[in-house]
Amino acid sequence: MLKLVRRILALFFWVGITMLFLDISGIFRTWFSWMSHLQFMPSVMRHDHVILPLLLIATLLLGRIYCSVICPTGILQDLFSWVAGWKVFRQKRKTALSNRFHYSEPKQWLCICILVLFIIMTIAGFNAITVLIAPYSAYGRMVIALLRPLYIMLNNILASWSEANDNYLFYTIEPQQLPAVLLWIAAASALILLVLSLLGGRTYCNTICPVGTILGFLSRYSWLQINVDEDKCIKCGLCERNCKASCIKVSKGMPVHIDHSRCVVCGNCQQLCPKSAIRYSHPTSAISHQTPSNSTLSRRSFLTVSASMLTAAALKADEKTTDGGLAIIEDKEIPIRNTPLTPPGSLSARNLQQHCTACQLCIAQCPNGILSPLQSFDSFMQPEMQYTKGYCRPECTVCADVCPTDAIRPITIEDKTAIQIGRAVWISKNCIPLTDGVTCDNCAVHCPAGAIQMVPKDKGYTFDADSAHWIDEYGNAADPKTTLMIPVVNTEKCIGCGSCEYHCPSRPFSAIYVEGNEVHREV
Amino acid sequence: MDRREFLKLSAAASALAACGGKHNILPADIDPLGHHTGEVPTDKMTYRTTPSTGDKVSILGYGMMRLPHKPIMPVAGSSDASAEEIDQEQVNRLVKYALDHGVNYFDTSPAYCRGLSEQSTGIALEASGYDRSKYFIATKMSNFSPTQWSRAESIKIFQKSLRSLRTNYIDYLLLHGIGGGGMDTYRGRFVDNGILDYLLEQREKGVIRNLGFSYHGDIEVFDYLLSRHDEYKWDFVQIQLNYVDWHLAKQVNPSNTNAEYLYGELDKRGIPAVIMEPLLGGRLAKMPDHVVAALKQRRPEDSVASWAFRYAGTKPRILTVLSGMTYMEHLQDNIRSYSPLQPLTQEEQEWLEGEIANLFVSYPTIPCTDCKYCMPCPYGINIPAIFAHYNRCVNQGDMPESMQADNYQAARRRFLIGYDRAVPRERQADHCISCRQCVIHCPQSIQIPEQMRRIDDFVEKLKQNKL
Repeated sequence: MLKLVRRILALFFWVGITMLFLDISGIFRTWFSWMSHLQFMPSVMRHDHVILPLLLIATLLLGRIYCSVICPTGILQDLFSWVAGWKVFRQKRKTALSNRFHYSEPKQWLCICILVLFIIMTIAGFNAITVLIAPYSAYGRMVIALLRPLYIMLNNILASWSEANDNYLFYTIEPQQLPAVLLWIAAASALILLVLSLLGGRTYCNTICPVGTILGFLSRYSWLQINVDEDKCIKCGLCERNCKASCIKVSKGMPVHIDHSRCVVCGNCQQLCPKSAIRYSHPTSAISHQTPSNSTLSRRSFLTVSASMLTAAALKADEKTTDGGLAIIEDKEIPIRNTPLTPPGSLSARNLQQHCTACQLCIAQCPNGILSPLQSFDSFMQPEMQYTKGYCRPECTVCADVCPTDAIRPITIEDKTAIQIGRAVWISKNCIPLTDGVTCDNCAVHCPAGAIQMVPKDKGYTFDADSAHWIDEYGNAADPKTTLMIPVVNTEKCIGCGSCEYHCPSRPFSAIYVEGNEVHREV
Repeated sequence: MDRREFLKLSAAASALAACGGKHNILPADIDPLGHHTGEVPTDKMTYRTTPSTGDKVSILGYGMMRLPHKPIMPVAGSSDASAEEIDQEQVNRLVKYALDHGVNYFDTSPAYCRGLSEQSTGIALEASGYDRSKYFIATKMSNFSPTQWSRAESIKIFQKSLRSLRTNYIDYLLLHGIGGGGMDTYRGRFVDNGILDYLLEQREKGVIRNLGFSYHGDIEVFDYLLSRHDEYKWDFVQIQLNYVDWHLAKQVNPSNTNAEYLYGELDKRGIPAVIMEPLLGGRLAKMPDHVVAALKQRRPEDSVASWAFRYAGTKPRILTVLSGMTYMEHLQDNIRSYSPLQPLTQEEQEWLEGEIANLFVSYPTIPCTDCKYCMPCPYGINIPAIFAHYNRCVNQGDMPESMQADNYQAARRRFLIGYDRAVPRERQADHCISCRQCVIHCPQSIQIPEQMRRIDDFVEKLKQNKL
């Protein structure tokens, strides 16, 4: 019974969270966002006063159900284990894979060392280490890097079918450009989890995972625990050989020992016990409560400052003599920003760095494809905005909606119009009216904040406030269709959305780009 | 009747049919599967005569501007997946098929298909195996760019045409697209550099058999050139004519002139007219459902396009009607429409010019004919594809008009997804910078940057749900 309930709930959570990372339509985002908000590390990061106590209380009451039902990495290991137990695999190896576990001594010193190391690293700001072992973000990375490309490929196959049949069920999604290091890390995590789960069940959860260690402190004293009725027990050892957590020790003439700090309440032992000697109930022994050490985490950040050098290479309008064909469009290159751009709601790059667990959910969900994982050591795999393939569209707050850690705080569309995450900077040597000698006002036209105006390139013009026209020295109004104009930015209105940078025709470097604000501000 | 009996009987029946050839069970124009399409006649084409040279020209002319293309397999390192090249094998098949079915007029230009149309036409005509005297080649002096206005450059263009077309004479040569840019451009291209005199000379020598011009745009240039007819003796003139442009050219496009006037001026002087855009770039074939129903009701088995071709062919002064036939099915359909031509009655003509044309212009489509004269846009915009997507949605009556409309969500999805399918993001309207370099090239005088901005605003409203 316990096992069945656990399996149903676990499957529900696992599919929900996995789909949250895979989703391209936005449906799962609407219905299953709360699942990512239930995760432990994200709750710690966002200092959640409701979810976090709830998770701790649940553990104190029921044991480590978090690890077997809510944590996707935990469920993934169970799945590996389960698949390995299938008949097809069993037949190849004479030694049955079920019955393959055995009790191991607790490696508490290792757990505590890793936990202490984890907390120190997190406080010190060595992001790379912390995001590598945090279970939820590790899972996110694996799905994003390994599963999502396949999912997108499948979607695109369906989209081409859809297009061929002239219906609009599926549409093509451009695969995300992910850094190779993300791929390697995800593949390594998956491989390690696979090997560990096949060899030792929940080894990862009970030796490496810092969340497992914290919850283990509590589950030792939980109200409901797995107990053995010594009167019924015949010491067959079936429970020990099937305990994924390797926490049951059966020895002749001794009461069965269960290490409750490692037990994830999976119920496998209860279901297998031939004598129904295993119960999930309140132990007879006295309970002493111990409050967990729950440090609010903050980190020091190192902001690297790098000089920006932008080379100009504008697309030249060739003299046209024949008709048809398409001009080749050079890919845009990412400008070097002194301060990285982070989504509205993240308050500052520093705040994001301190609160983000690098789960990649925002990166997967961004409908504009402008978020990508950073590779620097101090903000390892955390999101950064780039405007080469799109810009931060005014009607969208998806990253803020999905962020489970509140590293990107929830904002409304109206809030967004007043948050300045950076400001546009004009690079005259790339600007098309100056390089190609043709009129262009695409940045001004597409600015949703109305922060960009066009002014005549020649200083001879004066602005006539009465007619709202530019007047040349002979008193004639400038014709906006023919007069070469250049953009000027009103920094007070600019919100840094990157529409100008994205729409700028200058390639590979835009003639107007967004420089990040150290701290986001209201305009 | 058992099986054996049946077989016997049917054997006897087929033997009978074989003996008496006249007793075909099926009528000649219905194939055994019951399709009415049947055979495409090879010997029933209608021909018209050029007064100056006595050429017997097929009333269907092959326009070599919309040649079939095929995608080039993307080379490693090139990011442009939309690269295409002319499908020469298919061009050869189409040209051979056209010649086999009586089409003998082929119209090209040094500017078409990124400058490759003449060469492709030359290859296909040579490969057809027909003698050079059996077909007529029309090409143009397409010295549009000011860099080509010098006498030497323009003559170079003409010499290259002869080489590319693998011939030593041109049957029909046109001053290409006079009217664009007004009188000044006309003088710059043809008068000040003495190119018109050069071309007249070539006509004297027989290198050019017929000299004419094609007209779009400023009516002043058209009137001026006709006023000099006594001097230049135009052998033919190419104009845009169809049942919408007859009376309503101004409504399709304010800078156009009614075909009724253009045709009338030519008719008055006895100059034969070559017709371009009989279908308005295919728009008179892809009609809104209402119009399709009205046309089909009268002749359920005829194509929508056939009305436009029969309309153009009915006018007596018309020499040939050009059609840029990309697909074999279009070629076959047009050959059927003209083998032989069944002229429209006076009532039918008036019905098309009036009721149908009015219905057509009531749909707010953009008058793009997909001629690609605007292309390539130096900033990579795919102008004709954007207009085509917009027009398709208008014609299907599937525009998301307002958020209150019942079909809003579904129509919005179809418009936006369809837009991304039709045009890659970086080639969409939001990347138009209004540099206005395309405007002078558009024979339909579409204010392309303004239209781009209008479509972009519309898309933006759809995306933000603010319609």
